[in-house]
Amino acid sequence: MRKIGLVAGVGAVLVWCLLPVVWIISLSFKSQAAVSGGTDPGFLPLDSFTGFANYADVLADDQFRRAIINSIGISLIATLLSVMIATLAAYAIARLEFKGKKLVLTTALAIAMFPVVSLVSPLFDLWRTIGLYDTWPGLILPYMSFTLPLAIWTLSAFFREIPWEMEQAAQVDGATSWQAFRKVIVPLAAPGVFTAAILTFFFAWNDFVFGITLTSTENARPIPAALSFFVGPDPFQRPAGLLAAAAVVATIPIVLIVLVFQRKIVAGLTSGAVKG
Amino acid sequence: MAAITLKNIVKKYGDGFAAVNDVSIDIADGEFVILVGPSGCGKSTLLRMIVGLEDITSGDMMIGDRKVNDLAPRDRNLAMVFQNYALYPHLSVYENIAFPLRLAGAPDQEVDEKVRNASKTLELDEHLERKPGNLSGGQRQRVAMGRAIVREADAFLFDEPLSNLDAKLRGQMRTEIARLQKRLGITTVYVTHDQTEAMTLGDRVAVLKRGYLQQLATPRELYENPGNLFVAGFIGSPPMNFLPAEVDGTTVTLPFGTVQIPEEKAERAQGKGVLMAGIRPEFFEDAQIADKVGSDSTFTADIDFVEWLGNETYAYIPFEAPPEVEAKMRELEADLEGEGLRTQLVVSLDGSSRIKEGDKAEIYVDATKMHLFDPATGENLTVDREHAGEIPDHALVTAG
Ligand SMILES: Nc1ncnc2c1ncn2[C@@H]1O[C@H](COP(=O)(O)OP(=O)(O)OP(=O)(O)O)[C@@H](O)[C@H]1O
Ligand SMILES: [Mg+2]
Repeated sequence: MRKIGLVAGVGAVLVWCLLPVVWIISLSFKSQAAVSGGTDPGFLPLDSFTGFANYADVLADDQFRRAIINSIGISLIATLLSVMIATLAAYAIARLEFKGKKLVLTTALAIAMFPVVSLVSPLFDLWRTIGLYDTWPGLILPYMSFTLPLAIWTLSAFFREIPWEMEQAAQVDGATSWQAFRKVIVPLAAPGVFTAAILTFFFAWNDFVFGITLTSTENARPIPAALSFFVGPDPFQRPAGLLAAAAVVATIPIVLIVLVFQRKIVAGLTSGAVKG
Repeated sequence: MAAITLKNIVKKYGDGFAAVNDVSIDIADGEFVILVGPSGCGKSTLLRMIVGLEDITSGDMMIGDRKVNDLAPRDRNLAMVFQNYALYPHLSVYENIAFPLRLAGAPDQEVDEKVRNASKTLELDEHLERKPGNLSGGQRQRVAMGRAIVREADAFLFDEPLSNLDAKLRGQMRTEIARLQKRLGITTVYVTHDQTEAMTLGDRVAVLKRGYLQQLATPRELYENPGNLFVAGFIGSPPMNFLPAEVDGTTVTLPFGTVQIPEEKAERAQGKGVLMAGIRPEFFEDAQIADKVGSDSTFTADIDFVEWLGNETYAYIPFEAPPEVEAKMRELEADLEGEGLRTQLVVSLDGSSRIKEGDKAEIYVDATKMHLFDPATGENLTVDREHAGEIPDHALVTAG
């Protein structure tokens, strides 16, 4: 009885979460005419099935290709920098006694709680003045500052879990502080590092507000923003099929990244037993 | 390999707590020295200062003839085994053992040779590819040892390496460590609060109390000639009996009666009022069994309780103590972490003794080995200085 309940519950949650995704996928296989004309209202694309035509169109679109490259580049760089800085900062916070430690932590938390929208217009003005408007760094910087706090908090929790003695043992074994950090502490904190990386990448990849306000051309415009500008061959008709295909393509990198990182997280957790 | 010299080492922690006070210890090249004492007496602190994980507040730390006070741990060339082993969970046993060699940049072939050598010595061959998390306690302990012995370190430092093992394994590993140390002939400092480890492993044992060195001597010297009440009560299990005693000539009056002591001992204890006599449990015997019974050294006592262990029998005999002695014993008990110093006598009799609970039994005591302590300072008045190793002066005034 309980088993059936569990299965039903899980099923309901799955349907609830996945339905929009499946729907988009279904849309992406329908022809443009069928979608706007409503000639094939069924869930599955039947007579309006166009194969991968929409995908081919999307990938052939220069604007879209630029957006994908922008998104991947900006998100990866922001993630990399953010995780690197967060790792060092979190290590210092977890291990060292220094003045202003509390201040750093509370400030970080305060930044994380700041509503993104309230920063957009001042940033817009500032970026225009100093020439960061519509550039990669112009997006990387705000992404980093909004993801760093969370990354620092997550990572310092992980570092605190690692016994001091690991590091001291390494030092006695002949390691410099840096070697002890790199060869012992970081590998042990790997699950934390990858968690932080995923969170940061999510934020950067999914951001819309910064993406749309701080860019004006395909120079730096990321995918979520680009999708809203996306027009097909006919400017008076939103190309729903194309958009759906573009959205699906835009989701693929994030699924890949999560799968790869997830494996790392699990591997890190099971290589395990930080306890002696 | 090298000698280690501690000269007036002091450690004050950041919060002002003085964990180690003016400790001087000379450790000869190849010697096995034990640091022992109750919890919180500063053993680990001292060891960590030797290895460089803790700053030295004042004093000189010498390894060989190099002053190492300001050297980082990695420049001291010492190997340490931590209490919980501190193995690297993300590395295989092989890489754990190889870690110090890899850091030193040794070529693969040399690493392999040394790791395999160490693993053979420690019987870890079939576990080399496993992760430490999957090993048993004893195996982890051996991996930690392996990591220490692959390097040609100047000395080994151990911080309670066996305390996480069960009793049987502890015994095995103890012999293994002793054998290994003898074979490698490497200077070793070993922290423990286990009596047996201290007595069996050490060439010499340093007894610490609240950051002060109490006595530094061979296990036999410590046992036979403790410098003060604290050492006397700490070394030996069951612990030494302490009784109020008054000395008049060579006659000592104890709660049970009087006994005779040798003249030279008596001389040193004249005119000091009430003293504390220290008599080890095995100095007593069932008068029925003892072979050298004289009437002046037997007494009759009410037996409160008996524990028969096969090879020996512990009998418990309660006695009354005057308040000043009683107070002193409470104090000592607190220092020793309450190792059962009630005002009762514990006597260890031969296993063949037929004494039962509630008996009035005749007990023989070998009073020649009795020690007499000054209850005010804790000093052992009858100590044989020739055979008591080093006893710092402060141990004779602040002790007890
Ligand atoms: N970082 C520190 N700051 C302040 N005081 C400390 C610190 N580390 C240790 N102490 C104090 O120093 C004293 C000695 O500590 P230590 O760890 O050397 O004891 P120990 O003899 O090894 O005891 P145990 O047998 O319990 O391991 C203790 O009273 C402890 O409270
Ligand atoms: Mg300790």
